Amino acid sequence: MSKMELALQQARRSLVIARKDIRIYYSKGPVVIFGLLFPVFLFLSYMINRHLSAESMMPGLVGMILFFTATAISPIVAPWEAQARTLERLMSCPVRAETIIMGDILASFIFGLGISLVPIIIGLSLGVGISMPVVFGLALVLTAFCFASLGQVFSIPPTNVPATANMISSVVKFPMVFISGIFVPLQELPTWAQGISYISPLTYFTDIARRSMQDEGHLNAGIDILALLAFTILFSSVAMWAHRQTMPRRI
Amino acid sequence: MNDCGLTIRVNGLTKRYGQLIAVDHISFEVKRGEFFGFLGPNGAGKTTTVRMLTGVLRADAGESSIAGHPVGSLAAKQITGVVPEMANAYGDLSAWDNLMLVANLYGLRRGDAREKALSLLQEVGLFNRKDDLVKGYSKGMKQRLIICMALISDPEVLFLDEPTSGLDVQSSRLIKGLLRRLNEKGKTIFLTTHDMDEANDLCDRVAVINKGRLAAVDAPEKLRMATSAMHSVEVSFDKAVDSRELAELPGVITVSKVGDKFRLQTANPGDLVATLVNRLCSKDLRIVSLNTSSPSLEDAFVALIGKERSE
Repeated sequence: MSKMELALQQARRSLVIARKDIRIYYSKGPVVIFGLLFPVFLFLSYMINRHLSAESMMPGLVGMILFFTATAISPIVAPWEAQARTLERLMSCPVRAETIIMGDILASFIFGLGISLVPIIIGLSLGVGISMPVVFGLALVLTAFCFASLGQVFSIPPTNVPATANMISSVVKFPMVFISGIFVPLQELPTWAQGISYISPLTYFTDIARRSMQDEGHLNAGIDILALLAFTILFSSVAMWAHRQTMPRRI
Repeated sequence: MNDCGLTIRVNGLTKRYGQLIAVDHISFEVKRGEFFGFLGPNGAGKTTTVRMLTGVLRADAGESSIAGHPVGSLAAKQITGVVPEMANAYGDLSAWDNLMLVANLYGLRRGDAREKALSLLQEVGLFNRKDDLVKGYSKGMKQRLIICMALISDPEVLFLDEPTSGLDVQSSRLIKGLLRRLNEKGKTIFLTTHDMDEANDLCDRVAVINKGRLAAVDAPEKLRMATSAMHSVEVSFDKAVDSRELAELPGVITVSKVGDKFRLQTANPGDLVATLVNRLCSKDLRIVSLNTSSPSLEDAFVALIGKERSE
């Protein structure tokens, strides 16, 4: 079997794992709570009584929903499978560790992307325009994959308790929301806060979303896309490498 | 040595957890079509060995292969079916969906997978429950399903780690019957168990592992016979007999009283019976009952493990 055939075979098997994850994990409590209810209520608590226009709300809302949904599934799959004793069965199948991880990332990616389309469609129906639809679409896809990979990074410690992975993920996720221009546009943040915001991938998506919907972006769209690409490569590479090391320790 | 006729080759396989050596340079070979048992007490290293051979754990040292493919490689996994110890099927999926999941992970064609799944489910008596979620299954049903999941790809080699442990008699018999039929069809089966009767009934050869080291590898019958000191003669008399008198008979290793009988341990039961008849009957004693017994595989196992412990 050539390298290309092998890569295609493993890619197909990643999709099989993603399909399994979608069927099993989309309806799990932590996914519904942290992935759907939490970002919606957090945003509602921010916007009530602020009389914000749909254009000014949408970038933050889409960014936050994408962030929470795309990081909702990937942290819990590995601990859940280890706890339910299904991981060993999976590991003994003819799939690489990377194939399993990619499957989990894909399931999270599809969830994040799919749910994020809901506020976007609502925004469009309310008359919000998207000035750079191709760039925005590319950023949306890239960011969903980036956050799905980040979620996988949260579950690197070989714990078999999903709540522990969720706790680790929450410790990182909440500060990120407040430094990424969700509630306050990047250009309105103090300089020190702007410096910190550049280490968050959410900053770059929110910036592109503001540019597309409000024409108020702070950075060049090319820089935003490159930064998102760099974070995606970093998170997915770290997740693949580290899970390969820690996966046998979950058994 | 080439791999012709050999399915599993293990050479110096080692696994360490910190200071603990869980598996210590073990080497053995399993022939194609052989039913190979892997016996050992709890914590001996059986499951760790199976996990290394099925590519779940990486060995710290040693080389192993399955049909010439390095263990853990995709090629080795592709021709292997695994029933891990304590493993579960996905409770949120039906039996059918669990089987299709594994079939897809092995790259089976849809039609072949469906045909094989139907035949397996019928064989293990789960056909009528195939669309029920697995979380509603009993332990025996789950184990039968897990065996179906291991067989869906029609593997050349089947690894089973304690497959009948804790099961009811019906499920256990069904699984043993299935394994026997698979072996008759030419499948190579690697079975870990601590059920000596199971190993004795099913296996062509067994390996005994203790504290991570192999104590013996041989056919069950040869292992039993090699434990020659475990032969015994059980005898009862119509009158009281002093056990010291019996202990002085030639060839007697130990004497123990079991109810109204004496159990005389010996390496040569035939000669001992002759001696008993000649010497004791001349003393006006009548033998009420006389039985000889060979060592069981369990006796051989206990002897091997005991020998290891004393060393």
